[in-house]
Amino acid sequence: MNAETLIILLYVLVLASFVGFELIAKVPPTLHTPLMSGSNAISGITIVGAIVAAGPAGFPVSKVLGIAALFLATLNVVGGYVVTDRMLRMFKKKK
Amino acid sequence: MDLKLFIQAAYLLASVLFIVGIKMLGKTTTARRGNTLSAVAMLIAVLVTLLDSQVLSFTEIFITILIGSAVGTYAAQKIEMTQMPEMVGLLNGFGGASSVLVAASEYWRQAHNDGLTMDAIVAVTVVLSVIIGAITFTGSMVAFGKLRGLINGHAITFKGQHLINAIILLVILVLSVLVVLNPNIEIWMIGVLFLGLLLGVLVVIPIGGADMPVVISLLNSYSGIAACATGFVLNNQVLIIAGALVGTSGIILTQIMCKAMNRSLANVLMGGFGQTVGTSSTSGDDIVVKEIGVEETAMLFDSASSVIIVPGYGMAVAQAQHVVKELTDLLEKKNIKVKFAIHPVAGRMPGHMNVLLAEANIPYDKLIEMDEINDEFANTDIALVIGANDVVNPAAHTNPQSPIFGMPILNVDKARTVIVSKRSMNAGYAGIENELFGYPNCLMLFGDAKSTMAKVVGELKEL
Repeated sequence: MNAETLIILLYVLVLASFVGFELIAKVPPTLHTPLMSGSNAISGITIVGAIVAAGPAGFPVSKVLGIAALFLATLNVVGGYVVTDRMLRMFKKKK
Repeated sequence: MDLKLFIQAAYLLASVLFIVGIKMLGKTTTARRGNTLSAVAMLIAVLVTLLDSQVLSFTEIFITILIGSAVGTYAAQKIEMTQMPEMVGLLNGFGGASSVLVAASEYWRQAHNDGLTMDAIVAVTVVLSVIIGAITFTGSMVAFGKLRGLINGHAITFKGQHLINAIILLVILVLSVLVVLNPNIEIWMIGVLFLGLLLGVLVVIPIGGADMPVVISLLNSYSGIAACATGFVLNNQVLIIAGALVGTSGIILTQIMCKAMNRSLANVLMGGFGQTVGTSSTSGDDIVVKEIGVEETAMLFDSASSVIIVPGYGMAVAQAQHVVKELTDLLEKKNIKVKFAIHPVAGRMPGHMNVLLAEANIPYDKLIEMDEINDEFANTDIALVIGANDVVNPAAHTNPQSPIFGMPILNVDKARTVIVSKRSMNAGYAGIENELFGYPNCLMLFGDAKSTMAKVVGELKEL
């Protein structure tokens, strides 16, 4: 990785953080738990990294580590989304 | 079209969907669709990653994803809503561990690829990813253990704790520099990993159970930052964007929780809260309380015209939320106005109480936040406190000696009558006496919340 790529990635990080602050600050307290479990599921985005790590042939140690990462990330993603959906289904307005 | 370009474009689409998904998660009416949208984004990201020309071992990947999905779905369906903080804690930990493993895998590949030396920037990102991921992992596991009751939920403190943590951090930094200077020496990398894991344990054990909402939020933030770091390792923007969203979300929630408890983040992290009863207990012994029975309670309710219910975690532990819902319906049938006052730290994680009440089919527009409802207590006939304690303790206003002095509370003492449903006179989670119980307008309704409320409902039906 060269310094130029690094700078571009830092731009992405900083701008995305600003977007995050803007969006999350507006979420009402009622939804804080679903927000947390939903964003928790999003943090399972490392699943992408895990696939990349588990993918290539050769380097058996790397592959085993990648597969383990993939398993945990899948749990994080799927568990997070399903439980968030289950919670949000319960939120009802007065009939 | 070039495959690489296609993958990048799909990542861009996924990033947009994540952002829109989070935006929709901010409104009750669109929240569910927002969550689905974000899941779709994840699916897109996963599918196009499989197209990557380097990814070859499809069988192993599919089997792993299948098993992981099955276990994840099962756990998510089974979990009790009271156990949500544990679930989030555990999943946070998995996310952190996953970041560590991805970074380790990448490190191994690069360090063992002959003729290729790892450049300094990559080494820095790998080290960061390992450290943050490791702390997130073990920290979350300890938080999970505390919430689950597997390990002592109280603050565990010992002398020189902060000094030891500081030294460990320093050693980690030194080792990290060594790794960056000479990435091929594995033992340094392993040292960073182990010390990171150790530090995760040590930073969470001194934090008491009452502070768990803060810790869970903070670890949530870490898991996002860990994902970000992994994005730097792999030069992958979608990881950075998604990670940044989660990271900021966790930080904001952490700030909100700290504010609601009137503590600084540093103060929470130093730990030991809930151990110090100290000077505040002096007045504790001479509190004289007035008791009330279920019949009188029912009669009081019958003659009231407005009621505010203040639920605490104790209500959920007693599984009383469904009978509280029944009570609400009954009171409304008698034309009595019922509202719920929700303190930001009610429950064991941000917004937890709202979920617990939603589960009992209590409509969310009845749940009013502290700042909005606090002025209403003065015009309310009955404030019914169920399983809450510290969040209604007037000592936060009146007693500068109290450890919770300055914490924003629900002003239930301003209501004409306060009925406190409580199992016994035991102190709250923070271990502090509650002077509210001795107030002239406060009546104690002792007993298990679920059965006493059921009896009150029974009496009310007969009136």
